[in-house]
Amino acid sequence: MINPLPNTHTQVVYQRPKSLTTAVTHYCPGCTHGVSQRLVAEVLDEMGLREKAIGVASVGCSVFAYNYFDVDFVEAAHGRAPAMATGIKRVFPDRTVFTYQGDGDLASIGMAEVMHAAARGENITIIFINNAIYGMTGGQMAPTTLPGMKTTSSPLGRDIEMTGMPIRMAELLSKMDGSSFVVRRSLHDATNIRKAKKAIRTAFEVQQQGLGFSLVELLSTCPTNWDLTPNEALSFVEEKMIPYFELGDYKVADAVKALKL
Amino acid sequence: MPAKGWIEVNELHCKGCELCVQACPQEVMSLDKTRLTPKGYHPVQLHAEGCTGCAICAVVCPEAALTVYRQIESRPVAAAA
Repeated sequence: MINPLPNTHTQVVYQRPKSLTTAVTHYCPGCTHGVSQRLVAEVLDEMGLREKAIGVASVGCSVFAYNYFDVDFVEAAHGRAPAMATGIKRVFPDRTVFTYQGDGDLASIGMAEVMHAAARGENITIIFINNAIYGMTGGQMAPTTLPGMKTTSSPLGRDIEMTGMPIRMAELLSKMDGSSFVVRRSLHDATNIRKAKKAIRTAFEVQQQGLGFSLVELLSTCPTNWDLTPNEALSFVEEKMIPYFELGDYKVADAVKALKL
Repeated sequence: MPAKGWIEVNELHCKGCELCVQACPQEVMSLDKTRLTPKGYHPVQLHAEGCTGCAICAVVCPEAALTVYRQIESRPVAAAA
């Protein structure tokens, strides 16, 4: 390591956000789960919400989020995070309530909860990590697994004749009348990570203004279960996932546009 | 003259995933293969001069293991007059 320059004035350009604890994560090296939770922590820091935020963790690799965020956190039953967040938000309307869910949790077992939360227009924020696989349980096929993609429960590749096509959650939720802000972003390079952070910030602003349901879908990697190196996994997101899960703003309600963020 | 910067690596958090190595526009980062962190990974390091403190490594780091510093350039005061 090169020694810091002696006798010069320096500024800190980047440091670990205060809304993250010092705990070492259980994520595999190169997993972009860490990026998404770091972005949420940065936004909470910037908006001064650290003492006012309540997070709801889901089941999956995101299950230990309560150990990593230095904000109040609860753990919901599998898929039920939006229902729990609804209860918390209705009891504490002045708090910022968010859930942090993966695709196995939100798009599979938790489909009913998230659809009804959006239908009711609950004033909560959902951070949805889509890595097209069940990471924690050993790489089984998820509702978001791409056609032909090999997983431990589809060793010959996903057969769309038998299991259908992947579910595009952002498009689905954007059709609900109750949703206000539904976007999809990716975490495969620095530019897209910055765009993702801006979207997360807007989602929290939407909640603060009481404008209703906001969801940010983030395309993420799972190097271990995809059997790729971390950098190859980023290329997989760019070349294989983005053509199917197209990035974009799927629902931005007029009231959200009027915020001019 | 480009800005000068450097990074500090929190070796408890760094898992040697090499995302920052790939992302670094100056290509001055690499894994230190001679050392292991307490968790058993090779930590990332600056292996050459040229870091500008752009913080792109920190933007892509999944573990928030990097702190990025930049030298403040002294501006000529007389230029305003």
